[in-house]
Amino acid sequence: MSEVSFIFDHKVYKGYKGEPLAAALLRNGLLSITNSTYHNRPRSVIGLGVEEPNAIVQLTSGTQESMLPATVIEVEDGLAACSLTGVGSLPEMPDEARYDKTNHYVDVLVIGAGLAGLKAADEHLRAGREVLLVDDQPEPGGHVRHLGLELSSAMQDVLKHKNLTYLRSCTAIGLYDQNYIVAVERRNGQQKKSLQNKTALIRVWHIRADHAVLAPGAFQRPLIFANNDRPGIMLSHSAATYVAKYAVNIFKTAVIVTVDNQGYRDALRLHNAGVKVHGIFDARSEASGKSVDAVKAAGIPVQYRATVLDTTSNEEGILQSIIMQELDTNKTFQVQADLLAISGGWTPIVDLATHIGIKPQWSEEHAAFIVCRSSDKLTTVGMLAGDFGSDDKPAVFFGPTLDAEQARYAYIDLQRDATLHDLSRAVGAGLSSIEHIKRYTTIGTAHDQGKTSGMLTIGALCQLSAVAKDGIQNLSPADIGTLSFRPPYIPVSFAVLAGRERGLLSDPIRITALHQLHVDAGAVFEDVGQWKRPWYFPKPGESMNDAVRRECIAARNTVAVMDASTLGKIDIQGPDAAIFLDRIYTNMFSNLPAGQCRYGLMCKADGIVFDDGVTTRLGENHFLMTTTTGGAARVLAWLEEWLQTEWPDLKVYCTSVTEHISTIALVGPKSRQLLRELVTDIDLSKDAFPFMHSKTATIDNIPVRIARISFSGELAFEINIEWGYARHIWERLWTLGRSYDLTAYGTETMHVLRAEKGYVIMGQDTDGTQTPYDLNMSWIVSKKKEFIGKRSFQLSYLNSKGRPQLVGLLPEKENEVIPEGAYITVLDAQADEFGKTSHIGFVTSSYYSPALSRAFALALIAGGLNRMGEVVAVPVGEKVLQASICDAIFIDKENIRRD
Amino acid sequence: MLHIPCPHCGLRNETEFHYGAEAGVAYPDPNAITDSEWAKYLHIRSNPKGWHAERWVHFAGCGRWFNLWRNTITHEIGPVYLPFTTQPKSPDNL
Repeated sequence: MSEVSFIFDHKVYKGYKGEPLAAALLRNGLLSITNSTYHNRPRSVIGLGVEEPNAIVQLTSGTQESMLPATVIEVEDGLAACSLTGVGSLPEMPDEARYDKTNHYVDVLVIGAGLAGLKAADEHLRAGREVLLVDDQPEPGGHVRHLGLELSSAMQDVLKHKNLTYLRSCTAIGLYDQNYIVAVERRNGQQKKSLQNKTALIRVWHIRADHAVLAPGAFQRPLIFANNDRPGIMLSHSAATYVAKYAVNIFKTAVIVTVDNQGYRDALRLHNAGVKVHGIFDARSEASGKSVDAVKAAGIPVQYRATVLDTTSNEEGILQSIIMQELDTNKTFQVQADLLAISGGWTPIVDLATHIGIKPQWSEEHAAFIVCRSSDKLTTVGMLAGDFGSDDKPAVFFGPTLDAEQARYAYIDLQRDATLHDLSRAVGAGLSSIEHIKRYTTIGTAHDQGKTSGMLTIGALCQLSAVAKDGIQNLSPADIGTLSFRPPYIPVSFAVLAGRERGLLSDPIRITALHQLHVDAGAVFEDVGQWKRPWYFPKPGESMNDAVRRECIAARNTVAVMDASTLGKIDIQGPDAAIFLDRIYTNMFSNLPAGQCRYGLMCKADGIVFDDGVTTRLGENHFLMTTTTGGAARVLAWLEEWLQTEWPDLKVYCTSVTEHISTIALVGPKSRQLLRELVTDIDLSKDAFPFMHSKTATIDNIPVRIARISFSGELAFEINIEWGYARHIWERLWTLGRSYDLTAYGTETMHVLRAEKGYVIMGQDTDGTQTPYDLNMSWIVSKKKEFIGKRSFQLSYLNSKGRPQLVGLLPEKENEVIPEGAYITVLDAQADEFGKTSHIGFVTSSYYSPALSRAFALALIAGGLNRMGEVVAVPVGEKVLQASICDAIFIDKENIRRD
Repeated sequence: MLHIPCPHCGLRNETEFHYGAEAGVAYPDPNAITDSEWAKYLHIRSNPKGWHAERWVHFAGCGRWFNLWRNTITHEIGPVYLPFTTQPKSPDNL
């Protein structure tokens, strides 16, 4: 291994490339790495991997990622990190590293490359299956690797098999229905490369496997005793691994406290590495096995029925001595040591299994929750399935009995600083469910999600219940059950999950054929669904209000033009197309002659208005439907649903043509005059080309379809052109329009113009609870035919008096534009007996109208259609505005202007 | 994420589909039923714990509607069948 320099808390240290940062810090004598979040107590590394609750650091180089356990960061040249006290901070600059995702389909996925996982992989490979092996460690072998042993050559061969893909440093973070697994692969050592060359730093794997093998292994767990958080106290497996494998030589004397034979194995490793082991204190009354014999042969003293009760520290809070207790006599004695290695038993990693709802079973024999599964879809093996691979008989023991004072510093969740005292309080408050206790004490809610504290909580709860007078009594872990774990198994940053779908790539952007012309014209855009639509076209120095006012005046007084290409367009053909539309729309379409257009409204079966638009009959069996910009996909899906699932006998075909046809709306009293200069092959006069008619024509030999449709009440022509020709037509209009002072307008002006005319926008003036009657559109509801939603109009609740109805609103002060969404109440004079003025509705659309020279609004008001002339209150911030209810049509009620 | 067998395209991820609520709810003759029967058609579905016949549409694929049995506890997917074909028996009764 090559020696490199890294920086921690602004100081330079030496470490070996590829080793865990935690090992390098320990070797450099940094026992106390950070202070705890709430109690401000010094803390050191206790674990080996993602279970680490204490040594959480922030990178200050590369991606500057926060809240990473020092146990999983690999040392590399130039690495810089700093300690954290429980709370990370986001870097100021964006994460510039590259993150990728990939999909993978495989016969068998094996999670965990320990011995059990490798053995399972071998069996599936022998059966001729393809295997994907993911493992969260940088090297295969699981505990074997920690023990510093080499993998057998048979296992090495498994890894080299041509049908096996092995992903190192790849953590399965979620197991979902039907063997869908998400895993994140950390490509360590790529920090610099990723930032410079955009190679992926982390890759997210979306895996679908015919069969999944869970071989995640287990975490060693600590014990609960007073002052169990001091630097110098570690899990025995971690301590022995750091000392024996990573040459951490800062410990001179060690004490082992154990409940199983793992403590003996670790004692031997420490002893063999030159640490003086004072003794092994085993909570059991006897122990046997190879490791026990080996310990005895090495001359390490063993004391049964003894455990740790408390510890003392030096001035820096670092472990100094250990107070032991004989469990049968309660006699205490003190031992000096600088390492207290704890082996509290194994906690198999049940997380992934619980993601899909599997309930782990308590096994008294293993002193652990295990999951035994063997189905055609999912198999559990290794420690998770109770195969602890030794002759061990661990004790069900979580710590000695503590008094109230000791319990205050007996930590269960180190990261949350939650103690046995906190747990007692939760139980004292009457909580007995582990899920409630978790939320009350915050145990298991930190960054590590209780990987070391979950089982301790269950154990401590059992101990408390053994002495409880009432409520919970004599619980066993089987009665309590484990917590439900949810994905992700380890924290994953948003940048990783987003992958390349950031910024411009986060959502598709849809633009019209005229988009660049609008950009060149200085348009300000607004997002309508995924579409970019010009909002308004400010001239230099103009505010939005100035621009909109100018655009409105042009449309009402001369001529203005708008890109309406985003309107949803559905081509409907077939011998039954007319019958179909009769069933979909509330009004009749079968009697519409070819070459004419009609406005239509569609409802869902519950009678609620859902979308609207103008549909043109192009021929006997051919219609072109338009929908709202945002509703296009929804409407097409709706049409298909009825055709496929209710009316398969209808011969009708629906095709989305939104992006095939561009629509340019030419609006204003001079629009006909301007258009005549461009269109010479048809008569545009009012008698030859009446309102709501549609004709084909040519412009510069380009076929166009022109319709007399108006969304403003003004004389207007909608020109439909094939998408590719739109730019030419628009540019021609502009050249000819110069002498007319042709003005481009955007969606804001469109909204003002349509609101002046009382035209509704679905989703703005409706909130998903309005019938056509609520919108004062009874004229559009056919009495002669059946259509979707008709039956619902007979239901009493759609006919009740107080239903919100669409009305106009004139603010008392002519220049006061009421904010959209503002609540409407009755006046103070109509307050009820308690002095309350009741809420009767809200403002849906509100603008300043240049044509009316005043502000106006549309609103949904309870029983509004019968409240014409009533003055209402509109509280806005500290002020209460007043407005009077009026008809929703403000301009040209007689429909004179459109001709 | 469910793995759904589209009868036309094969196994696909759930993200390609839209759920369409309970299958086999007939559209009643609106003029032959009472208000409360109509309201029941509009709003009341069986919502069982266990096997459930439901409608799905492969909107990001072939765009076709179909039906399948799904276990609402285990998310296991049972028989798949096309609209206007006989509904297979619930896997409970197989």
